[in-house]
Amino acid sequence: MQFDATQLIPVLPEISLLTLACLVLLVDLFIREEQRIASYVITQVGLLVTVAVTLAVASSETQILFDGSYIRDPMSDLLKVGVLLVTFISFLYAKDYLIQRDLFKGEFYTLGLFAVLGMTVMISANSFLTIYLGLELLALCLYALVAFNRDSPQGAEAGMKYFVLGALASGMLLYGISMIYGTTGTLQFDELAQVVSKGDMNQIVMIFGIVFLVIGLAFKLGAVPFHMWVPDVYHGAPTAVVAFLASAPKIAAFALAMRLLVDGLAELNGGWQGWQGMLIILAVLSMGVGNLIAIAQTNIKRMLAYSTISHVGFIMLGILAGTKEGYTAAMFYTLVYALMSAGAFGIIIALSRKGFEAENLDDMKGLNQRNPWFAGMMLLLMFSMAGVPPTVGFFAKLFVLDAVVSVDLTWLALVGVAFSIIGAFYYIRVVKLIYFDQPEDETPLSIGVDTQVMLSINGLSMLVLGLFPAGLLSLCAAAIGS
Amino acid sequence: MIADWPILSLTVWLPIVGGFMVLASGDREANATKWTALTIAILTFIVSLPLWFAFDSATADMQFVERVPWVPGFDIEYYMGVDGISMPLIILTTFITPLVVIAGWEVIQYRPSQYMAAFLIMEGVMVGVFSALDAMLFYVFWEAMLIPMFLIIGVWGGPNRVYATIKFFLYTFFGSVFMLVALIYMYFQSGSFDILGFHTLKLGLTEQILIFIAFLLAFAVKVPMWPVHTWLPDAHVEAPTGGSVILAAIMLKIGGYGFLRFSLPITPDASHTLDWLIIGMSLIAVVYIGFVALIQQDMKKLIAYSSIAHMGFVTLGFFIVFIISQNSENTGGAVLGIEGGMVQMVSHGFISAAMFLCVGVLYDRLHSREIKDYGGVVNTMPVFAAFMVFFAMANAGLPGTSGFVGEFMVILASFQADFWYAFLAATTLIIGAAYTLWMVKRVVFGDVTSEGVASLEDMNRREFIVLGTLAAAVLLLGLWPAPLVEVMDASVNNLLQHIAVSKL
Repeated sequence: MQFDATQLIPVLPEISLLTLACLVLLVDLFIREEQRIASYVITQVGLLVTVAVTLAVASSETQILFDGSYIRDPMSDLLKVGVLLVTFISFLYAKDYLIQRDLFKGEFYTLGLFAVLGMTVMISANSFLTIYLGLELLALCLYALVAFNRDSPQGAEAGMKYFVLGALASGMLLYGISMIYGTTGTLQFDELAQVVSKGDMNQIVMIFGIVFLVIGLAFKLGAVPFHMWVPDVYHGAPTAVVAFLASAPKIAAFALAMRLLVDGLAELNGGWQGWQGMLIILAVLSMGVGNLIAIAQTNIKRMLAYSTISHVGFIMLGILAGTKEGYTAAMFYTLVYALMSAGAFGIIIALSRKGFEAENLDDMKGLNQRNPWFAGMMLLLMFSMAGVPPTVGFFAKLFVLDAVVSVDLTWLALVGVAFSIIGAFYYIRVVKLIYFDQPEDETPLSIGVDTQVMLSINGLSMLVLGLFPAGLLSLCAAAIGS
Repeated sequence: MIADWPILSLTVWLPIVGGFMVLASGDREANATKWTALTIAILTFIVSLPLWFAFDSATADMQFVERVPWVPGFDIEYYMGVDGISMPLIILTTFITPLVVIAGWEVIQYRPSQYMAAFLIMEGVMVGVFSALDAMLFYVFWEAMLIPMFLIIGVWGGPNRVYATIKFFLYTFFGSVFMLVALIYMYFQSGSFDILGFHTLKLGLTEQILIFIAFLLAFAVKVPMWPVHTWLPDAHVEAPTGGSVILAAIMLKIGGYGFLRFSLPITPDASHTLDWLIIGMSLIAVVYIGFVALIQQDMKKLIAYSSIAHMGFVTLGFFIVFIISQNSENTGGAVLGIEGGMVQMVSHGFISAAMFLCVGVLYDRLHSREIKDYGGVVNTMPVFAAFMVFFAMANAGLPGTSGFVGEFMVILASFQADFWYAFLAATTLIIGAAYTLWMVKRVVFGDVTSEGVASLEDMNRREFIVLGTLAAAVLLLGLWPAPLVEVMDASVNNLLQHIAVSKL
C-alpha cells in the first residue's frame, strides 16, 4: 500500500499528544525546580490544543486507515474530546495537591499524557492489536502513576496490586482475542463483523473467546466479580492521581467495550448465549455489590470506588440493550460519570492540605459552615451521583433505564432502580455530614483561584446539564449515528 | 389576553430564580434577605392569581398550556397546563408560602438566607409538580422536591432530625423510583411522555395492576396512607415549623393529586379491581390513626397523626366512586366523593398549616411541644387561645369551617356506596373532636400550671397576621365553598366519564 501523507490527518490528535508528551519530557529536563510550573502549563495548553485539533479533523464520516487498524468516526471524535477535557480538569485539580506534597514532578505529566495517548489509541482502534496496544500503554502509565508517591507504602501496594491484576486481565483479553482470531481469521473489527454475519466460524471457540474477552473487559471496567482492585487502588493512590484515574480512563473503557463488542461482535449479543447475557450478570452484580458495600465504607475514597463499580453496572445496562439508543444512553452516562467523578475527587483534594489528607467521611463534616459554596457544589455532585433530578445524573439513569425497557428487560430496570435506592443512602449520608453536622476541623479551606473556578464550573454543570440535557444527548446520538 | 402569558412558567421559575438570588445574597444583611424573600413570595402569589381569575370553569380542557420540546431525543417535553383539579392546589401553594416566610422571620437565626431560599425553591418545584403535563417533567419536579425538604428538616430541625430526614428521603425515594419505571414502560406503549396521552392508552388488566401498584407505592408514601405513614410523624416532629407547614399543607396533597392525575385515569380498571384495598387502607387511616392520635403526648405528633386521618378521607372519597357508580346510574354521588376529597385537601392545607403554626408559636416561647408542659395558656395569651380553639374546632370538622365541608361531602358520598363505610368514616367526627379538643383543653384551658406558661406573652403582630389570614381562609371556605367546587366541577365530571369507560 502506497504511503499517503494525507492519511496522517485523522491521526493528528494522537500525533499532537505524542509530541506534547515528548516536549514535556524534554523541557522538564532542562528547567529548575522552581520553574516546574512550566511543565504543567505546557501540558494544559497542549491538551487544549489537542482538543482543537480533534475538533478540526472531526467530521461526520468514518475513515479507516493504516490497513484497517485505525478508525476515525464521530464516536471517536466525541470520546477523545471528552477524555482530553476531563484530563484537563483533573490535572488542574491535581496541581496544588502535588505542589504541597513535593510530588510536583514532570513525570506526572509525561506519564499522564502517555496514558491519554493510550486512551485515544483505544478509542480509535479498529483491530484487536491496536486496541491492545492502546490498552497496555494506558495501563502501564497508570500502574506507575498509582505508585507515584514513592515513599508511601500504601501507594506501592496499590500499584503492585493493580499491576498484577491488570496483567492478569490483559492476559485474559489476549487469550480471548487469540481464540477469536483463530476461528475467524481476522483481527479487524469490520471484517470480523462480516465473518460473524456469515456464521463462518466455530461456535464453541467463538463463545469461549467472547467469555475471555468479556472477562478482560470487566477487569478493566471494574465490574463485579472482577472489581477487587478498584477500592484498593482508589484508596492507596494519591488523591490527585485518583481524580485522573477515576474519570478519563472510564471513557476509554467505554470505548473499549464499544469497539470490542459492538463494532465486531454486535450480532452475537442476543440472549444468554451472547454477550448480552454475560453483561446482564455483570451489571446486576456490579450494581448490587457496589451499592451495598459502599454503605459500609468509612473512607470516602473507598466509598467512591464502590460507587464507581455500581455506576459501571448502569453503564453496562445501556450497552447490553444492544440498540443505538442504548449505546447513546451508555455514552451519555459515561461522559457524565467522568465529570461527576472528577468533581467529587476535586472536592476531596480541595479539603486536603499539606500534612492532612481528607480521606474519611468524617472529614466532610460541617463543610457548609466552613465553605457554603463548595458545600453546595458537593451537594449537587452527590445528588447527581444518586440520580436525583434536576441534576444530570438523573437523566443519565433515565436514558439507560429507557434503553433496557425498550428491549423488554423491564425487570432489569426494576433491579436497577431498587439498587439505586440503596445507593441513595450513602450519597445523602455525605450530604448529611456536610450540612447537618458540626465541623471537627475549623481550618479554613485554602483553594487556589483556578481550582475554585473549575470546581464551580464542574459542580454547576451538574445542574445546567440536568436542566438542558438535550445538547449533550444529541451529541452522543450523533456520535453513535442514530 | 392574559391567558396567553406564560403564567405557569412564571409561577414556577420566579420563586426558584428568586430563591437562588436569596441564597447568593448571603447572611450579612439578614433583614434585607428576608424582605427580598417575602417580596418574591408575595409576587409569586400575585402572579399566580390570574390562574384563578382567568380560569374558564366551563371546560375540562387544560388551560394556560405551554408546550415546547425539552429533550427531543426521548420525546420529553416542557409541557404544562392546569385544569380544575390542579389549579386550586397551585393557588394553595402560592398562598401558604408567604405565610411560611413570615412565620420563620425572627425564629430562624441560623443561616436565614439558606432557609428562605429552600422554601422559595420548594414553592416553585411544587407548583411545577401540579402543572406538569409531561410525565418526565412531573417526575423531575416530584423528585426535586426532596432536596430542599431534606435540607430543611436536616439543618433546622429538632434533636433527632438526621434520622427523621433520612427516613423521609429514603421512604419517598423508594416510593417514586418504581413509578419511574412504570412511566418509562408507558412511554414505550404510547410513544410519548404526554400524561393526557397516557389517559387514553389501552392497557391490559395485568399491566394496569402492575402500573397501579407502582403508582400506589409513590403516592401512598406521599399521602401518606397507612401502613407507609411512619415517616410522617418523625418528619413533622423534627421539622422546623415552616417545614411542617409545607409538608402538611402541600406535600401531602401531591400524593392525593397523583391519584387523580395518574392512578384513576391511567389505570381505571385496576383502580376498580383494587378499590377495596385503598378503601380499606383509608378507613384504617381514619379510624385507627385517629385512635393513635388520641394518645400522643407531643402536640406536633398529634397533629401529624390527625393529618394522616384526614388524608384518609381524601383517598376514601377518590376510590368509593366505583362502588357508587355500580350502585346507581346517577353520577352525582361519585362527583360528590371526588369533589369532597378535593375540598378536604384544600381545607386541610389551611387547617393543618394553622395548627402547626399554633404549635410553632408556643414552641418559640417555651421550646417544648409536650402537652404536659402547658396548661392555662388562655390566661396569659387570650388572643392566641382564641385562634387555637378556632382552628381546633375546624380540625374537628365544626360546621361553618372548611373542615366540615370536605368531610361532610365524603361521608354523604360514602352513604351511597355502603352504609358501613359511611359509619366508619363518620366516627372521625367523634374521634377527631376527641383528640383535638382534648389537646386544646389540656394546653389552653385550666389554671396556669407552670412558671413558663405564666411568663408567656401573647402573639405579636407578625404571628397575628399569619394566623389571621389562615382563619379568614378557613371561614371563607367553610361558609362559601361554592366557588372552589365550581372551578373543579367540569374537570371532575370529565374524569368520572373517563374512568367509567373500561380500557380493556
